[in-house]
Amino acid sequence: MRHALHAEWTKLRTLASTFWLLLAAAALTVTVSAAAAAATRCPSGGCADDPAKISLTGIYLGQAVVTVIAVMAVSGEYGTGMIRLTLTAMPRRVTVLAAKAAVLTGLVLVTGTIAVLASLLAGRLTLPGHGIGPSHGYPALSPGDGPVLRAAFGSVLYLALIALLSLGAATVLREAAAATGVVLGLLYLFPIIAAVAGRPDLARHIQQIGPMTAGLAIQATTSLNNMPISPWAGLGVLAAWAAGALLLGGLLLRGRDA
Amino acid sequence: MTAPVVTPSRSGTPAGHDSFAHLLHAEWTKFRTVRGWVIAVVLAMLVTILLGVYGGVRSQNGCVNGPCHPFIATGPGGEAVTDAFYFVHRPLIADGSIAVRVTSLTGMIETAQTPQGPAQTEPGLQPWSKAGLIITAGPGQGSAYAAVMVTGSHGTRMQWNYTGDTPGLAGAVSAASPRWLRLTRAGDVITSYDSADGTRWTKIGTVSLPGLATTVQAGLFVTSPQYTQQVNQQISGGTQSGDPTDATAAFDRVTLQGRWAASTWTGTAVSGGSNSQYPTGSEAGYRQADGTFTITGSGDIAPGAAGGTPVNQELAGVFIGLISVVVAGALFITAEYRRGMIRLTLTASPRRGRVLAAKALVLGGITFAAGLIGAAGAVWAGNRLLAGNGYAIDPATTLTQVRVIAGTAALTAVAAVFALGVGAILRHGAGAVTVVVTAIILPYLLAAAFPVLPAGAADWLLRLTPAAGFAIQQAIPAYPQVAASYTPVQGYFPLAPWAGFAVPCGYAALVLALAAVLLRRRDA
Repeated sequence: MRHALHAEWTKLRTLASTFWLLLAAAALTVTVSAAAAAATRCPSGGCADDPAKISLTGIYLGQAVVTVIAVMAVSGEYGTGMIRLTLTAMPRRVTVLAAKAAVLTGLVLVTGTIAVLASLLAGRLTLPGHGIGPSHGYPALSPGDGPVLRAAFGSVLYLALIALLSLGAATVLREAAAATGVVLGLLYLFPIIAAVAGRPDLARHIQQIGPMTAGLAIQATTSLNNMPISPWAGLGVLAAWAAGALLLGGLLLRGRDA
Repeated sequence: MTAPVVTPSRSGTPAGHDSFAHLLHAEWTKFRTVRGWVIAVVLAMLVTILLGVYGGVRSQNGCVNGPCHPFIATGPGGEAVTDAFYFVHRPLIADGSIAVRVTSLTGMIETAQTPQGPAQTEPGLQPWSKAGLIITAGPGQGSAYAAVMVTGSHGTRMQWNYTGDTPGLAGAVSAASPRWLRLTRAGDVITSYDSADGTRWTKIGTVSLPGLATTVQAGLFVTSPQYTQQVNQQISGGTQSGDPTDATAAFDRVTLQGRWAASTWTGTAVSGGSNSQYPTGSEAGYRQADGTFTITGSGDIAPGAAGGTPVNQELAGVFIGLISVVVAGALFITAEYRRGMIRLTLTASPRRGRVLAAKALVLGGITFAAGLIGAAGAVWAGNRLLAGNGYAIDPATTLTQVRVIAGTAALTAVAAVFALGVGAILRHGAGAVTVVVTAIILPYLLAAAFPVLPAGAADWLLRLTPAAGFAIQQAIPAYPQVAASYTPVQGYFPLAPWAGFAVPCGYAALVLALAAVLLRRRDA
């Protein structure tokens, strides 16, 4: 396993695109988060806004880049034929997948931590001036606050789970564009279908099972009772999606010719 | 001895083998022979139809929880209208006029509709509460009419046939500052005047109501729309809550000219079912004493109706279809790079810009056809099922329906071509899919379906990003004289339909132009 980890780390590290994509994921997350914080205004107070959620809006876009990184870790090998070399050198295929998952998770956790902390800092600097701050009864955006810490830590975990879901989907589908399309569809389509579902109870159920709608419940710090799903349960739903995708990917990787 | 003559083999290709038609044929063959791409396009089509069917089927349970709206009144222009007010009227035969002084307009609003406690009411006038004079073709909902009125906070207005609206004097009405209103009929032509003192009259407007019967109903009316408030909730994506309201107005100095039927005033509550909800303890009616009429009414005389299903709601599956065709569009070019096929393609047809044009045309044609079948199927099936379940469909003109369906298909095609262009630039399938999906779907998601952004930022997102193209699906126009919540999730967009559609077209054209330049400059 140690060798497998080292091999996967070398492969990812030496691809120029990995670095740029990780940088793009962090930069886009922080940019969109800061823009959302700058655009939100609550002059008279008493808005239903959640400062942590606003400050972490960029995750909606950042996760798309994380998806590309994860998909390329597998599909890139199929595209170039490298996968045959990898599996010849490391015939225990599930170990290969596990090593890829471990290396990818590590990279995304580091990138995600930087992006989330920078996003929260941007929100902390901007939001109080727009009527959403401790002086208006909102929680301070500091890691010392329990719910805010949960939102921050959970958002980093969320990105890692998105990477694992994408990795599993790419192992199942192999084709990069198809895997990306399927993962982005899973993420973005649930809330749209819920919005046009027409019935509130049905919309609620759709949001409870959608990987993004459930997973991002972890970002909520206010009005938790109105959420379709509680924060940790929501992240659990995403974890189940990721586990399912990895399991299916592992089984197919073992059973299919490369 | 003569050496045998060796005839060099010749290609059977006729002259002009480089013609554009051949290119198109080549690209068409490539597309139709790759199973995955065909599956992606067929999937887009089927999912669109299936979600339209689902939209129709789920309505079977819809009537259990709330009221059904099997009837939607339509105005003279064919649009859905709300037509509910309290009307104190007399028949007017042929030409004549009516003038009146309005001395007050007040209202009540019901608040705190908690299941436990009793409903509470408090004074409050809606901005579009209306009281004034109206001449209407008949008592039925959706009749042609012209009216002049004072409003809660939009001054004096002349309104006609539900969509027409012209401002008169500004300012609110009160005992200290009353308003005189006058409505004159001459044949089909109705003219309205207002005045602050009853002597100096100003004409507000003249409208023609073609085919107006000789005898019409004319008189005083009062109405007040529900209090609407936009509640942005991530649970339901955005709901509209309506609280019952009413308005009460005092009229005096009623002056009639012309031929009026020799009858007394009659009070009628022109009802729109759930459209006119009175606050608890209040009811429609009028009192007449010493030449003063005090009238209480609720409802609205305006375009738009509650409870109908707009045509675009049946097109939810288009979002899934879009992602599917975007994957196919990106792969149509990036797969050539991955397989090395692009070198063969460009050797056979060295004029690279034409290759890209042929690809765009073939892809656009295929995805437009698939989108057209999908959207038309979804609307057709959805409409039939909704109607079968006793649900009303918001009436839309044939032209509007054609625009929504063909526009949805065109949007699908533009998204696919956009993905083709991005794919040619990035030469990378996953990257192209991500760029296009986050450019088209994500802004719609953030601004409309799952509102995370404040309204102002959301509107700009739907103006600047390719997601602006969803405006082509807007079936019902937004009216400034109606205090409804016009949000994207309810099918209203900040840009006009064709202006919105032009945005993704512009992006696709820019990306294709850049792709053509790069294709020529770079080695394949």
